[in-house]
Amino acid sequence: MDIGIIHYIFAALVVLSVLGILVTRNLLYAAFLLVLTFLGVAGLFVLAQADFVAVTQLMIYIGGVLILLVFGIMLTNRVAGQPILTQLNRTVLGVLFSVALFASIVYLTQGFQTTEIVAAPHAIQRLGMAILTDYFILFEIVGVLLLVALVGAATIARFKGEGHG
Amino acid sequence: MTTFLFFLPLILTNAVLGIYAERKISAFIQDRMGPMETGKFGILQTTADIVKLIQKEDIVPAAADWKLFKLAPVIIFTAVFSGFAVIPLSGAWDGAGLEIGVFYLLAIISLDVLGILMAGWGSNSKFSLFGALRSVAQIISYEVPLGLSVLCVVMITQSLDLQEISLSQGLQSPNAVYLFGVVKSMDVSQWGGVFAWNIVQAPLLIPVFVIFFIASLAECNRAPFDLPEAESELIAGYHTEYSGFRWAFFMLAEYGMMMLVSMLAAILFFGAWNTPLPNMGVVKLADWTTGAPGSFMSYIWGVFWLLSKALIGMFMHMWIRWTYPRLRIDQLMNLSWKYLTPASILLLLLCGIWRLWMIA
Repeated sequence: MDIGIIHYIFAALVVLSVLGILVTRNLLYAAFLLVLTFLGVAGLFVLAQADFVAVTQLMIYIGGVLILLVFGIMLTNRVAGQPILTQLNRTVLGVLFSVALFASIVYLTQGFQTTEIVAAPHAIQRLGMAILTDYFILFEIVGVLLLVALVGAATIARFKGEGHG
Repeated sequence: MTTFLFFLPLILTNAVLGIYAERKISAFIQDRMGPMETGKFGILQTTADIVKLIQKEDIVPAAADWKLFKLAPVIIFTAVFSGFAVIPLSGAWDGAGLEIGVFYLLAIISLDVLGILMAGWGSNSKFSLFGALRSVAQIISYEVPLGLSVLCVVMITQSLDLQEISLSQGLQSPNAVYLFGVVKSMDVSQWGGVFAWNIVQAPLLIPVFVIFFIASLAECNRAPFDLPEAESELIAGYHTEYSGFRWAFFMLAEYGMMMLVSMLAAILFFGAWNTPLPNMGVVKLADWTTGAPGSFMSYIWGVFWLLSKALIGMFMHMWIRWTYPRLRIDQLMNLSWKYLTPASILLLLLCGIWRLWMIA
């Protein structure tokens, strides 16, 4: 099969699942449809020869963020005792904004130059070298930021009972 | 690229024989006979069970969310099966050959958590939901020491590609292999066999393997970490409401997962498809049990050694399941966060030092 066709299959997967998220009222279905979106985007990354980014997408978004999301929905669902349904608010404004966003993206991408996708040899080694040399400060700052978030989350979630500290 | 033609039948037969082995091993450990009626020594017992399962009615509970309920087993099995994509079977028979093999493997098997959540939620049963929540908490916690222990191996072998990791543990190793990694006067590159295995090349990996093994038990939801399906508390956890062939899918995925992590352990620590027998002078055991690179015999030997190592790993999983009692949920979390994670971070540091001083 031609690579182009596979590309459109993944693109269709992304678009259809996002439409599904938009249409469905059940928050849990929306979360599971988001999995399909992420998988489709990961597929597009693979076709763009960026397999490291694709797998990172799987690992962080599906393996981490999304599972916590579903976890949260499930726990709050149990508290409320009924499924959480989303509501339609400010339809006109929403449509206007999304059309404007879409138009600006289309306008901006007109100026892009397209090139042939080339697989980079030893991409992973070069990525590692780049992160630990050229972008070292940024890498460390992101690390410290994540650590701060982690400590903050642990502090907020800490059990505050007496004598159990 | 054609390894899936081997792995799909393997997963199916592995589940059939694995369940039979599990019952026989548990029987042996508990001083029983195990299945004895169907066929000689009960060898056809699982086959008969499968025939029964296929005949059963496909029941979906009335109050269940049927979309999620029906999809869940498929997702779990798909996640486990896609993990096999990057496993190399012999020197010439590579999997998908990704540069980021191990990373992909760890990412894709974390998808089965989604299937477990779907099953637990879709069943609309308290037991299922409790099982799913426990399972997810456990798998997410144990992914941390698992990932870190894999990272130790990656650091020492300097590659994420499973085929490169395999190649560096045998006669075809591109680097010189020293005895235990530290005895520089003894170049054992020509010995091959067990001396080239990662765990012998760098004995620092022995505690790393222990952490990897404990974490992989938890990833498979196997005892002593079988809280998600703890039968004495939760009936069967997240697959309480399943029956018939959908339930068989859960079993297929569980045994597939055991096979996958055992193969991963074999590849990362025990020389992958390389022979354990070394060359000794004129007795060229390693050459005899490897076959010339690319020849037909090299395929056979590669598959044979990898499968043997994986099956020993599965046997250890079963042995532990029937020996140790189940952990409590707080003990489980303590073990992961207070002991395994700090220990694996420390080992990661030591592996880095090892790499800099011993090898470079």
